[in-house]
Amino acid sequence: MPKLLSILINNVTCQVAPGTTVAAAMLLAQQPSRISVDGDPRVALCGMGICFECRAVVNGTSHRRTCQMLCEDNMTVETNS
Amino acid sequence: MKCFDVLIIGAGIVGSAVARECALLGWRVGVIEGGTPAGAATAAGMGHVVVMDDSAAQLALTAFSRSLWRAESTKFPKSVEYEGRGTIWVAADEEEMAEVGTRQKVYEEAGIAASLLTAAELAKQEPNLRHGLAGGLLVPDDGVVYPPAAAAFYLAEAKRLGAEVFYARALSASHKQVRLSDGTELTADRIVLAVGTECDLLPALPIQKRKGHLIITDRYPNFLHHQLVELGYLKSAHKVTDDSVAFNIQPRQTGQLLLGSSRQYGNEQPEAEAEMLRRMIDRAKQYMPALEKLSVLRVWTGFRAATADKLPLIGPAAGLSEDSSLWLAAGFEGLGITNAPGAARLLVDGMLGRESAIDATSYLPIRLTEPARLAHA
Ligand SMILES: Cc1cc2nc3c(=O)[nH]c(=O)nc-3n(C[C@H](O)[C@H](O)[C@H](O)COP(=O)(O)OP(=O)(O)OC[C@H]3O[C@@H](n4cnc5c(N)ncnc54)[C@H](O)[C@@H]3O)c2cc1C
Ligand code: FES
Repeated sequence: MPKLLSILINNVTCQVAPGTTVAAAMLLAQQPSRISVDGDPRVALCGMGICFECRAVVNGTSHRRTCQMLCEDNMTVETNS
Repeated sequence: MKCFDVLIIGAGIVGSAVARECALLGWRVGVIEGGTPAGAATAAGMGHVVVMDDSAAQLALTAFSRSLWRAESTKFPKSVEYEGRGTIWVAADEEEMAEVGTRQKVYEEAGIAASLLTAAELAKQEPNLRHGLAGGLLVPDDGVVYPPAAAAFYLAEAKRLGAEVFYARALSASHKQVRLSDGTELTADRIVLAVGTECDLLPALPIQKRKGHLIITDRYPNFLHHQLVELGYLKSAHKVTDDSVAFNIQPRQTGQLLLGSSRQYGNEQPEAEAEMLRRMIDRAKQYMPALEKLSVLRVWTGFRAATADKLPLIGPAAGLSEDSSLWLAAGFEGLGITNAPGAARLLVDGMLGRESAIDATSYLPIRLTEPARLAHA
């Protein structure tokens, strides 16, 4: 078993296997990727870069499509409001 | 045949504002819309409610209209997204800063609040602007609205007061008769053409299409606080021939940024052009390098209805038509959102023969007819 990666999702440390997408990590951690204009929590939907529902703040940059990104060690991820 | 006191052709923001104003008089009002209400220029525009001082007449109309927006601002539904953000005219260098001083005086004389910002004050108000700009002019009472929702509000008010809306195209409108594409025939004492850029009902309308591009980003709350416009905008917006772009950026209530704008003549194709978009983004990045990192969601184009003297046509069609039942509310170029409420007042004042809050003669269509132009030359 390869070494697990450690990432910070909404200030909570999470361990994920290499090859996990950031969207999957957020789903595992039960954190919404973003909050809609009307205040609804949203999570990844299409998983293939089309719907933009999985946008989150990754390493300080907002609106990254997390289904298109793999987790890296020490990454910080936050719900995009 | 159904009879009305007034029939308004076109349910953009201008026709909708006129409809409400007429309905408030207790008139029988009919509104005719061939496409989607507020779906043409009104859906494309930026929604900057702004006092502009290109000419004394423009200053008078924008200031009057802005006062109407402000007076009503607490009564709008939330969807109208009215916010008194204020405008900052950004001066890039000392030459533009000198112009800021001149404009402040013009505003002051007209009773419009406006204050000078030094370079440091500008940086404090808008930290995402680049360093090294000369300063700016803050016009705190300018606003921002979501134009299609504002138009929908006016139309809903008109309907609540009894106006009837016909969803069909007007094929002809003259001598108190209007014929619709679905065969309906209507009659009214007065017919108002609030047709935006469409001149087929009165080919003599002296209106040219002026294309514009807009760009909207994803949501970045607090990235921007005021509507920012480069002072050079006045120079570029004035040019009547060449394509021009100017830095003009607006914070939306959602946190999105609406980025303008281009002005193009002689191009009636609605397609967005990569070259114009690139020029707009390059220009904007010269003022706000941090825009580089933001993502764009959508781009679109729209057409402004331009007249030769950049003032709208508000009043009887006399001079352009022999038909005394025809009235015009068109030719609003890049200020039709701002000027819609003021224009509606002036038009109705004209119909009633009542005096207006501002001198309405500068906007009368007759000024743009051949004999009038020759007399002025
Ligand atoms: C890129 C861009 C940015 C802008 N930014 C601003 C801004 O920041 N601030 C500002 O104040 N203004 C701005 N404007 C200008 C503003 O959008 C317009 O001046 C305004 O929307 C004009 O409204 P209108 O009702 O006259 O025309 P439109 O909204 O075009 O409405 C005309 C309506 O008439 C209907 N119609 C026409 N002919 C017929 C017919 N024969 N039968 C039935 N229906 C008919 C059409 O279907 C249409 O719905 C901008 C414009 C553009 C293009
Ligand atoms: S889940 Fe649809 S774009 Fe990422």
